[in-house]
Amino acid sequence: MATVPPTARVVVIGAGIVGNSLVHHLARLGWRDIVQIDKGPLPNPGGSTGHASNFIFPVDHSREITDLTLDSVRQYKEMGVFTESGGFELARTEARMEELRRRMSSAKAWGIEAHLVDPAFVKEKVPFIETDQFIGAFWTPSVGVVDSLRAGTIMRESALETGALTVVPTVEVVGLDTEEDGAGRRRITRVRTTDGDIEAETVVIACGVWSPKIGDMAGISIPLTPAVHQMISVGPCPQLAEQEGEISFPIVRDMDTFCYERQHGADMEVGSYAHRAILHEPEDIPSIEQAKLSPTEMPFTSDDFDPQLEQAYELMPELLGADGAEMRYAINGLLSLTCDGSPILGESEVRGLWTAAAVWIKEGPGVGRAVAEWMTHGHPEIDVNASDVARFHQHQKRREHTRLRTTEAFIKTYGIIHPSEQYESDREQRLSPMHESQKKLGAFFYETAGWERPHWYESNAHLLEVYGDAVMPREHEWDSRWWSPIINAEHLRMREAAGVIDLSAFCIFDIEGPGALESVQRTCVAQCDVAVGKVVYTPVLDARGGFKSDLTVMRLGDDHFRVVTGGAHGMADRKSFTDQLVDDGATRLTDRTDELSTIGLWGPRARDILASLTSDDVSDAGFGFLTCREVQVKGTPVLASRISYVGELGWELYVPMDAAAGVWETLLEAGSSHGAVPVGIGVYGTTGRIEKGYRAFGFELDGERSIVEAGMQRPKVKTADFVGREAYLRQREEAPRTVLCTMTVDDHTSASGAKRYMLGGEPILTRDGGTLTDGHGHHPYVTTAGSAPSLGKHVLMAYLPPDQAVIGNQLAVSYMEELYPVTVGSVDATPLLDPANERIR
Amino acid sequence: MTNVLVCVKRVPDSTSEVVLTDDGQAVDGRYAGFTTSAHEECAVELAAQVTGADGGEATVLTLGDDDAVEQLRSSLAVGCHAATHVVAEAHRFGPADVAREIAAVVREHEAAGRSHDLILLGNDAADSGDFQVGIRLAYELGRPVVNGVNQVSVADGVVTAQGAGPEGHETYRVPLPAVVTVLEGGVEPRYPSVQGRMKAKKVAIEQRTPATEPAGPDRVRLLLPPPAPSDVQILGKGADAAPAVVDVLEKLGVLSR
Repeated sequence: MATVPPTARVVVIGAGIVGNSLVHHLARLGWRDIVQIDKGPLPNPGGSTGHASNFIFPVDHSREITDLTLDSVRQYKEMGVFTESGGFELARTEARMEELRRRMSSAKAWGIEAHLVDPAFVKEKVPFIETDQFIGAFWTPSVGVVDSLRAGTIMRESALETGALTVVPTVEVVGLDTEEDGAGRRRITRVRTTDGDIEAETVVIACGVWSPKIGDMAGISIPLTPAVHQMISVGPCPQLAEQEGEISFPIVRDMDTFCYERQHGADMEVGSYAHRAILHEPEDIPSIEQAKLSPTEMPFTSDDFDPQLEQAYELMPELLGADGAEMRYAINGLLSLTCDGSPILGESEVRGLWTAAAVWIKEGPGVGRAVAEWMTHGHPEIDVNASDVARFHQHQKRREHTRLRTTEAFIKTYGIIHPSEQYESDREQRLSPMHESQKKLGAFFYETAGWERPHWYESNAHLLEVYGDAVMPREHEWDSRWWSPIINAEHLRMREAAGVIDLSAFCIFDIEGPGALESVQRTCVAQCDVAVGKVVYTPVLDARGGFKSDLTVMRLGDDHFRVVTGGAHGMADRKSFTDQLVDDGATRLTDRTDELSTIGLWGPRARDILASLTSDDVSDAGFGFLTCREVQVKGTPVLASRISYVGELGWELYVPMDAAAGVWETLLEAGSSHGAVPVGIGVYGTTGRIEKGYRAFGFELDGERSIVEAGMQRPKVKTADFVGREAYLRQREEAPRTVLCTMTVDDHTSASGAKRYMLGGEPILTRDGGTLTDGHGHHPYVTTAGSAPSLGKHVLMAYLPPDQAVIGNQLAVSYMEELYPVTVGSVDATPLLDPANERIR
Repeated sequence: MTNVLVCVKRVPDSTSEVVLTDDGQAVDGRYAGFTTSAHEECAVELAAQVTGADGGEATVLTLGDDDAVEQLRSSLAVGCHAATHVVAEAHRFGPADVAREIAAVVREHEAAGRSHDLILLGNDAADSGDFQVGIRLAYELGRPVVNGVNQVSVADGVVTAQGAGPEGHETYRVPLPAVVTVLEGGVEPRYPSVQGRMKAKKVAIEQRTPATEPAGPDRVRLLLPPPAPSDVQILGKGADAAPAVVDVLEKLGVLSR
């Protein structure tokens, strides 16, 4: 047995599917002197991999998870540990059938073969199923099972063969040491173990349900919780025993009872997500010695499972009730859950300390490759922004938050989740100063980064009559869930008069010091060496030229910049800037989010309203577009920035928190005589921006898209160096392989006669339903969908193959398995509304 | 038709490392979970076999807190037909207390027309290891008792109980009604079937309160024995270890050359 060496280039903690995949890919990418440790024995050290059900359904509504899964399947196949079985997802109700139709959209968008089938089709492949229990199914032929332990061994051994890896099992981590650098950033220096210390500049925490405990040792939060997934194994079933091999019948997911039936040799495994959320703390997981089976195979609590048993029996009575078939294995298996359902990947706030946790078998090898690439090149091939460990805000780092959110979400594992559905638990973590006022106005709150944000205001309901059918009402319940026509009424009033919008959720940070300019220039694509008082809108890229963000930067002084960015992605942006800080001991990044509230004022009357509240010059000549300066609003000093994300004349006003409620009231009062109303994020985030073709990070912009493909290139590229500059220069020379386009829906009438409105994620096809493929091999799908009330149209954005990116081109969108005609209206950043941008002036 | 009463106790699973509660009064089951002892699992299996053979009724009884229902349902799922729960804090009851409570149930059932011809118990409790309840119960009821057997069958009003004794295989024939305590190893306890589990869920459990105030176990505290020395011997690694493995297999008599 190897012993713990005193130094390593990188230490990987954990030998489950993630750790094993990671050491394999690190070695493949040229890393040497890799040390992998685990507190358990090999090949099954006792984590979640050891008891996983090991099946993979490739279709997920999330593109990121689907890509990681497809990459994992490819790797499992290469290793020869994948067995294709096919899989059904059953619908017992019409609501579920509709969800399966929506699933077809995702399958088509991601290019995965799938079909909606009737019970007879299922019975033919699964003869022991009772067809009177369900009405239809979603059939994915490429579903399969893997041997994840074998895969782990193969990958670990491939790294061992290169001589790059030392593996030391049965060694426990007892500490992680860090030190601080000149820019106030901590970095990892050492892993302390029960067998001695290892000096290392790079360490990866890949130990699944134990990760939070290890993260705590370095003072970082890895907010996942160990949660129970119950599973029983019934057998021997004669119907299965007659078949050769591990699996010969498709896997059945009984979606409406939240359980699955998966053959395993002569046994049928029944797994459940229907029970109450049973959560544990990482510190309370038994040791290997204390555990009866393994630490993550906790004692089965049969009461929790009993309701499932009856439902499973109803579905497969002959099989599960066969003579001699007994429940011979039953566990409360532990797996990892997070507050938003995504994995936790990437470099933490401690430099050199990485995590790859909250990963399931279906994503394991894909995550291993992505994180290894990220560690090697600074970016993975598959965009994993939604899984970035840097995404968490302070309130999300609390264990309590993870506990409450996963408790709420567990029962929805197989649930029908509306794309706009909001969490109910642990809300009201961050309240803007105008929250009380907003409640009185009947705000309907969505949550962003813990902030309660009004999505629309019931106080504006009277506008519905004013605008009539122009508010584009939606008759179908699904299309109008988490939505209100009031959003469109607010939109029309803003375009006609003005709107006041609470933007307190913005993340704001200042970069100050002698290295401020260089730090900002390194991070941003746009020229930030501008006159003091200028506002710059800029993309932020990774080294291969993919988007990491888009945001605004204000130059407030020679050595003082202020970055304003969306709340949802703000923490990751903060890390991007922190990473580029000049290490001179004097340049610092300071988070101002909790000190400053942002209020937007936009619309044709915005200038009149602001002018009525200040003696400062707010004329176009005196306060030009893309400039910022301090103005007095009724005696309160606020920083005003003349920009717009809704395509109207107006300002973002940055107000000290304690004065924000007053300024908000002042704006509403002064605005009312001009027709201004409070306007929600429904307008700001969707209707206002989509009419203007403004791109949003996480929708149109992500790590796999380039500035050129998004149609956002400027005539010149600054000479100063920035992350992604070389790649960006290269992209500008190449013909784009995909082009971001804006489309309008020509006819909303469905077969039933009801008008339907797409919500995003739907595939774009040829008029007659043919598949389109862009130069990356991707199929086009809707990145944003929304009403454009000023155009009287429903607008969709999507990346199309370049030859389809032609204004007037007639295509179709598939929604709930019906085709609707669409027409391309814009093939670059040219907005459908006000293409000359006259309203902004 | 033989009516059997089988007595079980909810105990922490102690097949892995045993952890004591902080006060040293009990074994902590938070990691390994709760179960019935292997002896009792065999007793339940024997009850199921005896009643399965002649159409009698197997009743499972426990004295324990609310959570002990789990062990009753588990027994119902593998062949018992009825269940009685004496709801009490088990740790306050010594072996004499428990024997008296079981006897009270047997007498009351009998008075109500439900006789328990054969009473099966585990040889000893897995947590407190008192080895007393069976004999005390037999004394209390004035019935014959056989201890520490692993096979039980009933024919013509006589229970035949067999097991290993110091002098070799022992067989006892005792007229019913009788008490027998069971050691593991004679029968293979069955796992529950899906229908068995579903049926168990629906059985109404008779709930009782203790007949008398317990005298208590007079237990000072439990102590863990020193860890047994590891008898793991590493024979070598990889192909080089093969001759040593062959030697061991030969020594064990599973391989002949």
